[in-house]
Amino acid sequence: MSAETRITELRTEGEAAVAAAQNTAALEEVRVQFLGRRAELPNLLRGVAELPPERRGAVGKAANEARRALEALIEARAGQLAISERNARLEQDRVDITLPADPLPAAGRLHLITQTRREIEDVFIGLGFNVAEGPEVETVHYNFDALNHDPLHPARAWTDTFYLTPDVLLRTHTSPMQIRAMERQPPPLYIIVPGRVYRRDSDVTHTPQFHQIEGLAVDEGITLADLKGTLLAFARAIFGSEREVRLRPHFFPFTEPSVEVDVSCFNCSGGLTASAERCGICKGTGWLEILGSGMVDPNVLLQVAGGGYDPEVVQGFAFGMGIERIAMLKHGVSDLRLFYDNDLRFLEQFP
Amino acid sequence: MRVPVQWLHEYCAPDLDAHALAQRLAMTGTEVERVEHHGVGTPELFVVGHVLERERHPGADRLSVCVVDVGADEPAQIVCGAPNVAAGQTVAVARPGAVMPDGTTLRTAKLRGLESHGMILSERELQLGEDHDGIMVIDAGPAAGTALAEVVSIATDVLVLEVTPNRPDCLGIYGVAREVAAATGAPLAPPPWLEDRGSLGALSGLEVVNAAGEELCPRFTVRILDGVRVGPSPLWLKARLMACGQRPISNVVDITNYVMLLTGQPMHAFDGGRVAGGQLIVRRARDREQVQTLDGQTRALDSDVVVIDDAQGPTSIAGVMGGARSEVSAATTTVISEAATWNGPNIHATALRLGLRSEASSRFEKGLAPEQTLWGQAVATGLFIELCGATVRPGTIDVGGVGPAPVTLHLRDARITGLLGMAIERERCRELLETIGFSATEAGDGLDVTVPDFRRADITREVDLIEEVARLAGLEGLPATLPARHAAFGRLTPAQRLRRRAEDVLAGQGLREVVGWSFAAPELSEKLLFPGPDGALALANPMSAEQSRLRTTLLGSLLDVAALNRARGAGALGLFESGAVYQPRQDGDPGPAHEPHHLGVLLAGPVRAATWREQHPRQHDFFAAKGVLSGLFDSLGIDWSLAPADGAPFLHPGRAATVLAGGMVAGWLGELHPQVAGSWGFEETLAAFELELSSLEPPPTRIFSDLVSFPEVREDVAIVVAERVSAGELLQTIRRAAGPLLRSAEVFDVYRDEQRLGPGRKSVAVRLGYQAPDRTLTDAEVAQRREAIIEAVDRELGGRIRAA
Repeated sequence: MSAETRITELRTEGEAAVAAAQNTAALEEVRVQFLGRRAELPNLLRGVAELPPERRGAVGKAANEARRALEALIEARAGQLAISERNARLEQDRVDITLPADPLPAAGRLHLITQTRREIEDVFIGLGFNVAEGPEVETVHYNFDALNHDPLHPARAWTDTFYLTPDVLLRTHTSPMQIRAMERQPPPLYIIVPGRVYRRDSDVTHTPQFHQIEGLAVDEGITLADLKGTLLAFARAIFGSEREVRLRPHFFPFTEPSVEVDVSCFNCSGGLTASAERCGICKGTGWLEILGSGMVDPNVLLQVAGGGYDPEVVQGFAFGMGIERIAMLKHGVSDLRLFYDNDLRFLEQFP
Repeated sequence: MRVPVQWLHEYCAPDLDAHALAQRLAMTGTEVERVEHHGVGTPELFVVGHVLERERHPGADRLSVCVVDVGADEPAQIVCGAPNVAAGQTVAVARPGAVMPDGTTLRTAKLRGLESHGMILSERELQLGEDHDGIMVIDAGPAAGTALAEVVSIATDVLVLEVTPNRPDCLGIYGVAREVAAATGAPLAPPPWLEDRGSLGALSGLEVVNAAGEELCPRFTVRILDGVRVGPSPLWLKARLMACGQRPISNVVDITNYVMLLTGQPMHAFDGGRVAGGQLIVRRARDREQVQTLDGQTRALDSDVVVIDDAQGPTSIAGVMGGARSEVSAATTTVISEAATWNGPNIHATALRLGLRSEASSRFEKGLAPEQTLWGQAVATGLFIELCGATVRPGTIDVGGVGPAPVTLHLRDARITGLLGMAIERERCRELLETIGFSATEAGDGLDVTVPDFRRADITREVDLIEEVARLAGLEGLPATLPARHAAFGRLTPAQRLRRRAEDVLAGQGLREVVGWSFAAPELSEKLLFPGPDGALALANPMSAEQSRLRTTLLGSLLDVAALNRARGAGALGLFESGAVYQPRQDGDPGPAHEPHHLGVLLAGPVRAATWREQHPRQHDFFAAKGVLSGLFDSLGIDWSLAPADGAPFLHPGRAATVLAGGMVAGWLGELHPQVAGSWGFEETLAAFELELSSLEPPPTRIFSDLVSFPEVREDVAIVVAERVSAGELLQTIRRAAGPLLRSAEVFDVYRDEQRLGPGRKSVAVRLGYQAPDRTLTDAEVAQRREAIIEAVDRELGGRIRAA
């Protein structure tokens, strides 16, 4: 059999084998069988040199052609097989798309007190107030005396206030910072004072520790009308732009006149809900009491060490509100103690 | 303070229903807690009846069948269970359909077979008294069918007032009437004490000595009534007491209570026959002295308590409660009527100490005007004469006399406008002030205003008068303005912004903020394994032992919250708190304690929730906490590092670190000691850190540096060092040796193999990144630095490079 005939035969066999290869592994076997180091066709090519010179050209050319043809064929076949094998693989990788997703890291939360505190702070910062913070462990002087409390005011009682010593207590309100701030800085003064306060009381509406925000504006020509305007802006920012405020005369030792401030109920109109039922939030009154306030009593200005606050020259307003109370009203929280239980099921409700 | 509207109307009767009146009072400074209804619900169905016939019920011995003329065409048959019902009586009858004081509706009923068309009433059924022994028999006179309400008050609205401590004058009906008149414009009747059937001047038969001094007893007045007949009070008086929440007792006692409710001045009636020795001495009690009070209890006193003595010792505790020995009884014929003024704070303290708060003490403790004593005597005298058949002895003992002379204050128009931001007409001011008992005359730029005695303590300055006119004129018309600013603007300080940022970063990392108690238990220090006292500040009067200290760390409250939530089923716990801790005062502290603001983090359980793809996520540990800390400081832009910890007994000794920020100690980080975790019921690893946030310097403003566009050369090296060499030390050595061209060096693997590396040694793989700002680095430059690193690691740490 001539070499050319053998080459043709091998090529035909190879072509058939390539066509028959059903996967990449089988195709590789075919490649080794026909084109590998010990395969017949490459050997024929290597043997060309030993042929008579006149034979070399024809045999070499035929063998080369056959090799290239097979190589091309294998490559093409490999491409086809790769695609079909990948398709098969993808088909096998099919997932149940209804299984649960990978969870993102759990969403964190600021405590509702912090959220509410910041919301209130931001309103007053916008109104030109600075945020000042003062000591929670206070002296009797700053907590009561300088705030015009009668020497035997009931709030001073050991039943009502936590004492460390007869002269040192846990502040019962954020108001002591009124005096400290005025002693630190001459007028004009526009501050709010957020922070913890303490009273010896514990039930559904009282916890021995809670949070207040005090406000103080002292300047020339500050009026009660300015207090109303400031608190109206606050009430609208926190409870909605439709809100109104009303001032009810009241009594506090360190303001004169003193007023309690109500904001119109955000849940109803005049005490009746949209379905004409008595509103449960304002108890049918149409108003919610949110804070106590008033014009700074001249006696308080006179208490400022250094005498930088002359009541004949400057006057001001002050107010104090409970952060938890604002949060309870706004979010419908029914029990003050929930704020300090720190049950995650509670905290998570307020993103 | 309970104010029956019917009683109020005797002195001031505005044309407003109770709710509208309450609203009006609320807007003028008198807080109305609520409006209650006292008495029957349907007054029109309660009538006077005449009992025409009474027979025993054929089916029940205890019941009577009565025929009662109720003013209708036909008399009504009424079955009655009272033993005292009899023909000929005038009685109170509830007709079918009547709503009783307790809210029940009366129906025609069959009692043992016989129909009863109504009910004959007892005092208690009408809320006129406690008497339920039999039916109430009315004095003959009113015709059958007369509305019962014309005979006796059977229904009234009651305003329940919350009187502020500066207004003791509103602790009496007439004082409230004054406010109502000013608030509504309705006319005010003259005060009931204008007519006095007694007299002033010397009184014989009793001597009073004030040994306690004027400070404790500013005034003590006495009258004596003879020929007193003790018996029940008339219905109208009982009705008023009941509506005020006071139980009728006897005419003498009821009169003292009635006078107090009307005038605000508490009264006391002694049995004149039982006051020994004809003298009353006001004095301080002796320590551990005992007295038996009207409620039958024996009470131990001390020298801060004022008592009233007769010759046999204390007969009552001044201003708080009378004594049993001189109590008025059915046999009393002579009454010593006492009206005194006591020191408010002293009475408050006594009532608190004895746990004995009475209607009297709650008035005295607010500080009453001495003038009120004679109001009380005048009204009481008239009632003793009318209701007890008494005669009043001439004269009044008066120790102390009236209070200081009235002051006159000037009220400027301009000051009103300047303080309120709204003008109030001068004439309107005068009218309002006069209604509430002030006198006012025109004077230059405003009014001269004289303060009445009963407002002496409260109104001492012009600004106090402005408050009065402002509240009575009403603040409804007050404009809403914003301050006309002269200066000042608002913003957070850098430290406040840093705190917000820190809280936000932790929440952003998935942690939940908690707000713990500032209080701590004394055992906390021990539970955290501190060997001695932790120096926590202690409360002198805590509410409970668990809350008797102030916290020095946030760790206690974080653990408490973690344990509570674990008990309620929470798995993974990532908690933080941002709040103050409390330590003894240090130099520079504004207040009496040192109150640094801390940030605490506590981590427990898996770092992620387990899922179907990851059944067992890693648990929180030291490095999880370090990751949170790292993310926090990176976000804050503050340089930080960890150093080996010392002195944190609550931490795992091998997994504890001191946090340094800007080179200064800023807190601690670590895994909690298993014993500490165990104290809160945790068997797993708890990781935590706590920083003194307020000590962190907010980072300075960052200055831009050029973006580098030359490529970075990366190279990994594995260095074998002894176990004791920390990764941090190794990196420090590498950085120092390589110099500024080394931009980054990160540990990416730690490998141990005793056979290949030798015992006690480890291989630390570090990824190095070199970069120059101005050129592409050459291989030679990088090689030079590698050599420097190898040399330094060998020399400083005894380390060697492993085949790269």
